[in-house]
Amino acid sequence: MVDDIEATVKDVILKEFLPGEDPSELTDTTPLITGGVLDSIATLKLVMFIEERYGVTLQAHEVDPEHLDTIAQIAQLIRSKKT
Amino acid sequence: MAAFAALYEPFVGAAREYPGQLAVVEPGAGSISYSELDSLSNRLRDRLYATGVRHGDRVGIYMRKSIDAVAAIYGILKVGAAYVPVDPGAPPARDAFILDNCAVKLVIVERRFAEKLRHELELLGRVPPLLLTGDVGGGRALEAALQSAGEAPVVVNATVAPDDLAYILYTSGSTGKPKGVMLSQENATSFVEWCSETFAPKSSDRFSSHAPFHFDLSILDIHVSLKHGATLILINEDIGKDPVRMAPLIAEQRISCWYSAPSILSLLTQFGNLTRHDLSALRLVLFAGEVFPIKHLRALTTLLPEPRYFNLYGPTETNVCTYHEVILPIPPERSVPVPIGKVCSHLEDVVLAPDGSIVARGDEGELCIAGRGVMQGYWALPEQTDRAFHTDRSGRRWYRTGDIVLEAADGNYTYLGRRDRMVKRRGYRVELGEIEAGLYRHASIKEAAVIALADEEAGVKIKAFLSCREAKRPSLIELKRFCADNLPLYMIPDQFVWCEALPKTSTDKVDYQRLKELA
Repeated sequence: MVDDIEATVKDVILKEFLPGEDPSELTDTTPLITGGVLDSIATLKLVMFIEERYGVTLQAHEVDPEHLDTIAQIAQLIRSKKT
Repeated sequence: MAAFAALYEPFVGAAREYPGQLAVVEPGAGSISYSELDSLSNRLRDRLYATGVRHGDRVGIYMRKSIDAVAAIYGILKVGAAYVPVDPGAPPARDAFILDNCAVKLVIVERRFAEKLRHELELLGRVPPLLLTGDVGGGRALEAALQSAGEAPVVVNATVAPDDLAYILYTSGSTGKPKGVMLSQENATSFVEWCSETFAPKSSDRFSSHAPFHFDLSILDIHVSLKHGATLILINEDIGKDPVRMAPLIAEQRISCWYSAPSILSLLTQFGNLTRHDLSALRLVLFAGEVFPIKHLRALTTLLPEPRYFNLYGPTETNVCTYHEVILPIPPERSVPVPIGKVCSHLEDVVLAPDGSIVARGDEGELCIAGRGVMQGYWALPEQTDRAFHTDRSGRRWYRTGDIVLEAADGNYTYLGRRDRMVKRRGYRVELGEIEAGLYRHASIKEAAVIALADEEAGVKIKAFLSCREAKRPSLIELKRFCADNLPLYMIPDQFVWCEALPKTSTDKVDYQRLKELA
């Protein structure tokens, strides 16, 4: 089965960091870090989730808004590491 | 009497003594020696003078933390001006307000931030000259900007007086606008001298630079390290929030003196896998800015028992004013935070009751501080400045910290809480009123009230209670994004709660007590 990374990451963000939010408000292009949706501790927890769930390691320079600001960017980064 | 030595002079002395020693390391971007940093800041001094900046002016720094920004600080100080560092991560309107508020003569700004800044400054009606640099890193962007500006006639380092301003740091203001804390040359140098006596830095030391330059912890990092021929290791904002990547950096860079807010050390303790890294170079761990939860401090000092640990306390208005060396090991039964300790040797302390009388030892009261380290006042806010000081019968001015303390039998102060609505978050001062003022700018928000709650993991959680003008309420994501556009990121509330109407007291004011009960 093809793992839908976008849907998995979206689910975890909604469940962990946006309880009660209407899922349609969170899109693949919502700015997460620069938009103040995830604070630094939430970003850290999300990175730990990604590393564990997908068996990838993020480099120091990748943990920043240029690489992790949207669900689309996060999914792209994970895919680039898995192949 | 010996002539007064300006804040930049110890660095110039160290550059003569240790010309080839590394002054600043910017991991991933490069490093710079003492003589190179001295020379780069001299060229900036000359350029600033040629552009019309003079002794007594203010110059803004709108750059990411970098070797370029360190050189900018010394260039500005050497021309006799005061530096005004702003947060490039904050909303441009807030930064423009700050730079306009203290009427900077010039702003050194990275080109990528310049357009937004110029636009915001135009809205305020005055755009000072901007010295543009490329993306900073390793000092090269400033170097290139100076080269393209051409040779400027060489001028000498300015002679400054103790009361001349060295820098202005803006902190959260309760009315919704940040306020500028004016720190003089003597305020800074007396603090740096106290650090030298207390921590005995050596030229072999490697200091962390964790705090951003608009935060007063940076004064110790930069000016103490570069006074003693030590090496300053810049930790950028992204790594600085990420303990998993920060711990190996501390090990690789063999940092010997660490200074940060406790929340960063708590994160390192919980997520940094500290035992997997060789942190044996660490000899001093300093923390300031907020209460360190004892559980995390105990865990940290158990994992790393070798360094000496100091709790440094003080608002931006005094920089550090009391300090306490943590006695190790911390007993397992201790459940209260470590004391904030005793007053520093360059300052004096008194604890006052609300009526201005001195309290008896063992009674709680407001800690007030006088002496060479205490700020002159807030920029262009004479009434707030007056309110910030208590004048005693002899006419002496005491800065009222707003912090309620208790003096124990051993002479150490314990911090009990605030007398106003200011809280500390990740070491930053946050006036809850500034968050409320930010929320009120949203067209749908009818009422906004913000409270802070103690939280074991984050230290403090901020909860906003709102009522709405319309039937359809903004979503959580929309609210957070609106806050990110209007407030620094550390001020964004953790939780938003919608109410039909906020609870009121009998005098029709927001009932904060009731809100705390609801939370």
